[in-house]
Amino acid sequence: MEATIAPQHDEHATTTGLDHRKMLMWAFLGSDCLFFGSLIATYLIYRGQSIRGPFPYEVFDIPYTSVSAFVLLMSSLTMVLALSAIQRGDERNLRIWLIATAILGSVFLGGQVYEFTLFVSEGVTVKTNLFGTTFFVLTGFHGAHVTVGVFMLFTLVGASFAGNVKQHQSINVELVGLYWHFVDIVWIVIFTVVYLVEAPAIEAAKAALGH
Amino acid sequence: MSHASEHDSSHPSPSRYVGIALILAIVTGVEVWIVYQSYLTDIMVPLLLVLSIGKFAMVVMYFMHLKFDSRLFAILFVGGLLLTLGVLTALFALFSRVYFA
Amino acid sequence: MATGTQTGGMLARPTSIEGVWGWVTTVDAKRIGMMYICTSMLFFLWGGIQALVVRTQLSAPGVEFVSPDTYNQMFTMHALTMIFLAIMPMSVGFFNLVIPLQIGARDVAFPRMNAFSYWVYLFGGLLLSMGWLFGEAASAGWFAYAPLTESAYASDRGMDFYVLGLLVLGTSSMAGAFNFIVTIINLRAPGMSFFKLPVFVWMTFITSLLLVTAFPVITVALIELMFDRYLGANFFVAAQGGDPLLWQHLFWVFGHPEVYILILPAMGIVSEVLPTFARKPLFGYSVIVFSGIIIGVMGWMVWSHHMFTVGLGTVAVGVFTVTTMLIAVPTGVKVFSWMATMWKGSLALTTANLYSIGFIALFVIGGLSGVSHSMSSSDFQQQDTYYIVAHIHYVLFGGSIMALFSGLYYWFPKFTGRLMNERLGKIQFTLLFLGMNIAFGPMHWVGMDGMPRRIYTYTSNMGWDFWNLVSTIGAFLLGFSILLLLHNLVRSFRKGEIASGDPWDGRTLEWSIPSPAPHYNFAKIPNVVSRDDWWARKYVTGDDGVTHPIPQGGAYAEDEEDVDVHNIHLPDGSYWPLVTAIGLALLGGGFAFHLAISVVGALTMLIGIYGWAFEPVNEPKDDH
Repeated sequence: MEATIAPQHDEHATTTGLDHRKMLMWAFLGSDCLFFGSLIATYLIYRGQSIRGPFPYEVFDIPYTSVSAFVLLMSSLTMVLALSAIQRGDERNLRIWLIATAILGSVFLGGQVYEFTLFVSEGVTVKTNLFGTTFFVLTGFHGAHVTVGVFMLFTLVGASFAGNVKQHQSINVELVGLYWHFVDIVWIVIFTVVYLVEAPAIEAAKAALGH
Repeated sequence: MSHASEHDSSHPSPSRYVGIALILAIVTGVEVWIVYQSYLTDIMVPLLLVLSIGKFAMVVMYFMHLKFDSRLFAILFVGGLLLTLGVLTALFALFSRVYFA
Repeated sequence: MATGTQTGGMLARPTSIEGVWGWVTTVDAKRIGMMYICTSMLFFLWGGIQALVVRTQLSAPGVEFVSPDTYNQMFTMHALTMIFLAIMPMSVGFFNLVIPLQIGARDVAFPRMNAFSYWVYLFGGLLLSMGWLFGEAASAGWFAYAPLTESAYASDRGMDFYVLGLLVLGTSSMAGAFNFIVTIINLRAPGMSFFKLPVFVWMTFITSLLLVTAFPVITVALIELMFDRYLGANFFVAAQGGDPLLWQHLFWVFGHPEVYILILPAMGIVSEVLPTFARKPLFGYSVIVFSGIIIGVMGWMVWSHHMFTVGLGTVAVGVFTVTTMLIAVPTGVKVFSWMATMWKGSLALTTANLYSIGFIALFVIGGLSGVSHSMSSSDFQQQDTYYIVAHIHYVLFGGSIMALFSGLYYWFPKFTGRLMNERLGKIQFTLLFLGMNIAFGPMHWVGMDGMPRRIYTYTSNMGWDFWNLVSTIGAFLLGFSILLLLHNLVRSFRKGEIASGDPWDGRTLEWSIPSPAPHYNFAKIPNVVSRDDWWARKYVTGDDGVTHPIPQGGAYAEDEEDVDVHNIHLPDGSYWPLVTAIGLALLGGGFAFHLAISVVGALTMLIGIYGWAFEPVNEPKDDH
């Protein structure tokens, strides 16, 4: 992604005037919708079909997950502030906001890892039942996407320190930003259709236990 | 430069971005609040869908700048999105234990 | 030789195009296209041998040519090889060779990703086929229905090679498709609006959009199967509430667009060849383009017609019956347009044209059996019989392969500078046409007579003996005709008649440059004025309907100027796509052997990606 567009001749102009790489990224994100859509479809088709527990309402901690959802949302803010900075030529703030984004992303990942290990200790693994299977694969692949994103963020930070992300090269930040925001919007969907919808069941279970 | 042109058009300022982030945070808070209101449980799903779609749209349009960029990008992305929604709907119908048992 | 590198040393980009290293590091779409075509022809031969083993096994009742388990591997791998390692890559080979030329570009949008796509295809194909080395090739049929594919029932590594091979190959297909989407949108010559594009470009575009949307779905299905097999997940485990039908749905949501991926490029090729050899424009250009778009969209609405017999329920079956019948309409429209193109044309029956005309006849037959499948009531009898096998082979062999071979004869001169032998071509075509019909025709009635597909053998009292023997004979005749084709390819490559830049008096831009195409494609990017622009430069059709050659026509004005072709800079080669591809192959393949290999693969990929991202852009060279 470091390769800049060489000095402009007619042969490097594009038919639409749009950058090849940006077009590629949007096409890729459109295609990634189908990837996550299929995983989400699997999760929702199998929701409520587990033969045995533990069930979501027994292990989900909505307040906890809300915090990590909030963290990821804020990372989108820091990401767009990073882009804004480099578009103004502010390389220092670029790095600050990129590092902030990477940190927030890493916090999110840490939160996921913690949540997963907690679930495992409570008896939910990928083998246990349909819930475990579909939950871990869906959120696991989302987490893998976030991890790739964090790698790219740190790469950009390094490149910036090496003086290779200048104002006229802001496209590289923009491309990573698009990917990052996408990962965030996928989580918006997952948070809602996986976690939030279980809240009534969680409350009902608590009530049944006399809480 | 072929990639500079899109940025000359309306460019939300940093404070605008912070404002949008604030809205996203508030909406998330509202969603969390809603699911704990037992009197809303019957309409919980549609409510959540509307709110989540709103958040989704705001991130895409503003943070991802799609509102201000070429419509071609929107076609590429929204095309994939619509196809996803179509396939999901069909799959839910096919696995619906109410109609197709 | 000055390379103008910024960092030098290891990150210096290779500049030579000579020798093996030149090919290994190439990012030139024409070379990549040739590699695709050669590799896919080899896999095609391999798939053909597998088919002949199947046909030998079925030539008479009670034959024991191979063991039942080997037989299962044979028909499974035959299908996988033909679909994923022969037809699709051959199409991609033509995309690479032809698309940049037809749109007036020098190369694709992402030359290194193009190279990456080829290497990943090669390695993915080897990975998919690797099971043969261990006697453990995939054996559950090419669509691998759960739960037969779960570890409990498929305990050997066959399904592992299936899952991992297809995951790797999917990466290749998607990378290539993204490349062509951006290329077609963004690298068209000035004046080349979408509705002036040759139909082959349109079909490539639609196919590429289908590829990038359909492959993610099978990726998920494969990942789910992989998790079931390796980590004991429950996606398709009925005992835990899993539903094997989920596999079928996810597979066919991919699988149906996949068959359009297999046929649309073929339809594109035919749409180029027929007008050229009729010396008439394609009839109903807009209609053909829109039909292609409609087929692409509707291809998403019909998938459960592969599942009519699983118990979907009346409503679902009814809906998919209707949508499937409807999708025949745009296809029929295309057939009529092709026929109208030939009507009153001055037909030259070159081998390329014979193949395209043959395509129409045979694809229509395949389409008719397809229409009979679309009616769920009749499909209940046809499902899983040889009637389906007949349909598949008429549309894929009589359809896709015929069109691809048409493309071979048609574009061979453009890339090799020589013509394929016409006499041999016509003999070869005739034998292939005969062999194909003798092999697959009888399968229609044998299937209607109840012969199931994928069976190892049959007894004599079923009444299938005679036609199975006929099919087998036809298959061997077909095989022989392919050997002739190979012979023609090799011989023509070495000493075929030298071809001019425009041996067919063609219509589209690729014929406006010399043969073989120079590495820069066009000395100067043309300014396009009309559809079939090259034809319009050569001929004008007066109001009287008579076509006259334009005096001094056939030259692009820009060519008159002195263009210093040495100043045209094209991207230098790169070895990082190959390194990254090796990494991906090891990452995938490692899961079938030892996790350590996957780790090495992942690291190699990481290094490859960073090398790719940070290698210097080639600078214009001072000395040349």
